[in-house]
Amino acid sequence: MTLASLMPVVPELVVIAGAMTLLMLGVFRGDNSTPLIEGGALLVLGATLVLILMQPAAPVELFGGSIVVDAFSRFFKVLIIIGAAAALIMAAPFWRNHKLSRFEFSVLLLLSVAGMMVMVSARDLISLYLGIELMSLSLYVIAAIDRENVRSTEAGLKYFVLGALSSGMLLYGSSLIYGFTGTVSFAGIAAAAKEPSLGLIFGIVFLFAGLAFKVSAVPFHMWTPDVYEGAPTPVTAFFAAAPKVAAIALFCRVAVTSFPAIASQWQQIVVFVAIASMVLGAFAAIGQKNIKRLMAYSSIGHVGYALVGLAPGTATGISSVMIYMSIYLAMTLGTFACIIAMRRDGGQVEEIDQLSGLARTQPVMAFVLAALMFSLAGIPPLAGFFAKFYVFLAAIEGKFYTLAVIGVLASVVGAYYYLRIVKIMYIDEPAQQFLPMPKPVAAVLLLSSAFVILFFVYPGPLVAAANAAAKSLF
Amino acid sequence: MATWPILSVTTFLPVAGALFILLLRGDDEAAKRNARWVALWTTVITFIVSIFLIAGFDRGNPGFQFVEDHPWLGGSIRYKMGVDGISLPFVILTTFLMPITIVASWHIEKRVKEYMVLFLLLETLMVGTFSALDIVLFYVFFEGGLIPMFLIIGVWGGARRVYASFKFFLYTLAGSVLMLLAIMAMYYQSGTTDIVKLLTHGFPREMQTWLWLAFFASFAVKLPMWPVHTWLPDAHVEAPTAGSVILAAVLLKMGGYGFLRFSLPMFPHASELFAPMMFFLSVVAIIYTSLVALMQEDIKKLIAYSSVAHMGFVTLGIFTFSNEGVQAGVFQMVSHGIVSGALFLCVGVVYDRMHTREIAAYGGLVNRMPVYAAVFMVFTMANVGLPGTSGFIGELLALMAVFKVNTWAAVFATTGVILSAGYALWLYRRVVFGVIEKDSLKSITDLDRREVAILVPLVILTILFGFWPAPVLDTSAAAVGNLVAQTKAALAPAKAALLGVQ
Repeated sequence: MTLASLMPVVPELVVIAGAMTLLMLGVFRGDNSTPLIEGGALLVLGATLVLILMQPAAPVELFGGSIVVDAFSRFFKVLIIIGAAAALIMAAPFWRNHKLSRFEFSVLLLLSVAGMMVMVSARDLISLYLGIELMSLSLYVIAAIDRENVRSTEAGLKYFVLGALSSGMLLYGSSLIYGFTGTVSFAGIAAAAKEPSLGLIFGIVFLFAGLAFKVSAVPFHMWTPDVYEGAPTPVTAFFAAAPKVAAIALFCRVAVTSFPAIASQWQQIVVFVAIASMVLGAFAAIGQKNIKRLMAYSSIGHVGYALVGLAPGTATGISSVMIYMSIYLAMTLGTFACIIAMRRDGGQVEEIDQLSGLARTQPVMAFVLAALMFSLAGIPPLAGFFAKFYVFLAAIEGKFYTLAVIGVLASVVGAYYYLRIVKIMYIDEPAQQFLPMPKPVAAVLLLSSAFVILFFVYPGPLVAAANAAAKSLF
Repeated sequence: MATWPILSVTTFLPVAGALFILLLRGDDEAAKRNARWVALWTTVITFIVSIFLIAGFDRGNPGFQFVEDHPWLGGSIRYKMGVDGISLPFVILTTFLMPITIVASWHIEKRVKEYMVLFLLLETLMVGTFSALDIVLFYVFFEGGLIPMFLIIGVWGGARRVYASFKFFLYTLAGSVLMLLAIMAMYYQSGTTDIVKLLTHGFPREMQTWLWLAFFASFAVKLPMWPVHTWLPDAHVEAPTAGSVILAAVLLKMGGYGFLRFSLPMFPHASELFAPMMFFLSVVAIIYTSLVALMQEDIKKLIAYSSVAHMGFVTLGIFTFSNEGVQAGVFQMVSHGIVSGALFLCVGVVYDRMHTREIAAYGGLVNRMPVYAAVFMVFTMANVGLPGTSGFIGELLALMAVFKVNTWAAVFATTGVILSAGYALWLYRRVVFGVIEKDSLKSITDLDRREVAILVPLVILTILFGFWPAPVLDTSAAAVGNLVAQTKAALAPAKAALLGVQ
């Protein structure tokens, strides 16, 4: 193995080296260096993004086939870095407003990004687990980053305990699969698993349970509302964006490349989880008063829709998941930018009612948030509609009619609570104004909402990129 | 053939106007005035542009004209626009009514800029719905209309506006998402979303049944048909006047247009299968909602129920599968668009003065408002279907077509005409005739120039089409003839096979 053969993982190495350097810097210079480290982390992410975009299109395998750099992984790495960078940008003014100066946030964020990049590139169960754990351990700490705050520490602890449980399940599933197929590589499993055996199915169930936990799909979603509510808002924004995208990517790769011959076995699981997530996400969000909890249930629902695209296990299905996650990322970042901007003299507010009459006090923010809500509800011509369109199209092609019908009906129920936010902003009487939005947050909001609103004008490139990238799994 | 994309310009010009209004600064009187004028000019220019469509339209050609075709979502989903004789009348109806609604909203003082922007966006989406030639594009326009209408009802509506706007939105959405799945199934089965190709695709029989039902779910809610009409009275009552006008005149027509564009030609077997059900539902709608209308104490609600009854004639006509019937459906929709829109404007006139829609709060208006009484009379008569008004032509043609196909349906539907005379004339008598008894009415003023300006074109059209329906009928004749012939041709082999078996 030569140094040159490491070229394909240079982006990952840059992230890790960057994280280490910044960590050293922080340790020796203390919390005063936080702005510097935030800038440095952003620079690292930017450099990584450029490196990823410069990589050749042809798939390359590394480390005996346990890591692969293909179009699929590069597509998701770009999304992950966008999500992480946006969270980082939005977090900086938030920390300053809350007199919180933690350089560890940027470092941990970079480390979790490294974990996610390994996850989307993983081609065997070992690198899958390594990636997930690197990401998760960083995330547990990030959730509790506001360590003087009871809610934040509680969120971190809850996330950790339940996350450890799910990692255990995942590991148990992996070991069963290894035991019954004799290999950890996805390709090897695919070759060995021609017939569904009881042990193998048990392994798949446990593996998928662990993955379902990471994407917060029902019935492994219980941690989501509490963690989303308790963690500081930029952290929640990060949780809702990048890790979810990475976990969905991993879910897709494992399901499609490891078990193609016994697809009908795991499809049942995915269909059940998708239906349960969509329905619970739609109904449970109705009663929420806290906007972060509401977004938690909304994200559970959206994972359900993304899994609808995975259920058929086809190239169009995977491509629809990729389109879905790209659009979901933009919608989530935009919405959380608005939530971060919900700040008055008394500090951050999180009650949905606090948005009342926003259309008159801050018309631009209200307009953008309304567009994001309609998009999350899946109303054309906003991007969220096209996201749903492609996943349901894939489901119809795969003859998953029941899944599609339940899904669209759940989206009608879900539309209710998004509409409620629009109603509060546009119809109710104005409350007190929010403090002006910090510039970095406004920038994130502007970019993501421009994407969501104008996607329909020129949707070609994203669709084409997703179609091309999805082919690399087959 | 024109060298510039007239249809896209007609469709997207209002968006340009809306963007322009968004750029206007400030919230003072000047900004409000500017917003109104920009909206008015945008809609007037859009209407003028749409006149080019009439001028350049070849009436003998049954196919689509002014076709524009550009790549859009990748695959076969393209940005394809075009109009034929069935859609053109609706496009013109929309562009014609929009300036009128803008003028009718001149006195709106609350958040004028947003109001005008939403109406302009709505115009784009409505014109787009009628001129989309790609089924996904159609859906985007069709469904997108919910957003501005939701806000129009919700922000500028009456006391129960929140309830009404949610009901409107969720009801319509629930119907439409099933259609979306059907659209996907059609795409999957045929490999295309091009409406022109889908029209001749010929879907398998059992599939047609499901697809037809899914489209029915959407269009029946939109039209609306009994028993899924209950959102309409709420939405109408709570919407601001201009919102009611657009709702009654254009948005309801999307349902009828959908039946004509999709259900009938694409799923002929299913349409034939379900025609008796459609007759039944239409007849129930005509009689039941007419009876309900008789009991109303709210003027707008009464007119809303009468809308449901009148749309019943549309579905009756369409599902006769005959030239006269389908022509009647198209004509009745255009006529109802003008008449019901005008009736809501008439209600708006008195509502602006008295701020109540209670029938009991009025009476004897003729003494103080003779011009208004005359105008209201014309539209009431058109609503009843008096010969010499446009309402008569549509109902007569529809009933004649139905009589040939299903005599009982025609007989029952005709009683609806009598009932409509009952509620409309009774409403007119209670509001307009008699002596003024209420003190509040004694100082009420007659129509001002603005109101005359918006009602006179509608009076002219109502009477003109009553005597000379040719402009609409000639425009749609070729396309309707083609549609009916195709539908019959698709049904013929099945009939022949059936006879062969016997």
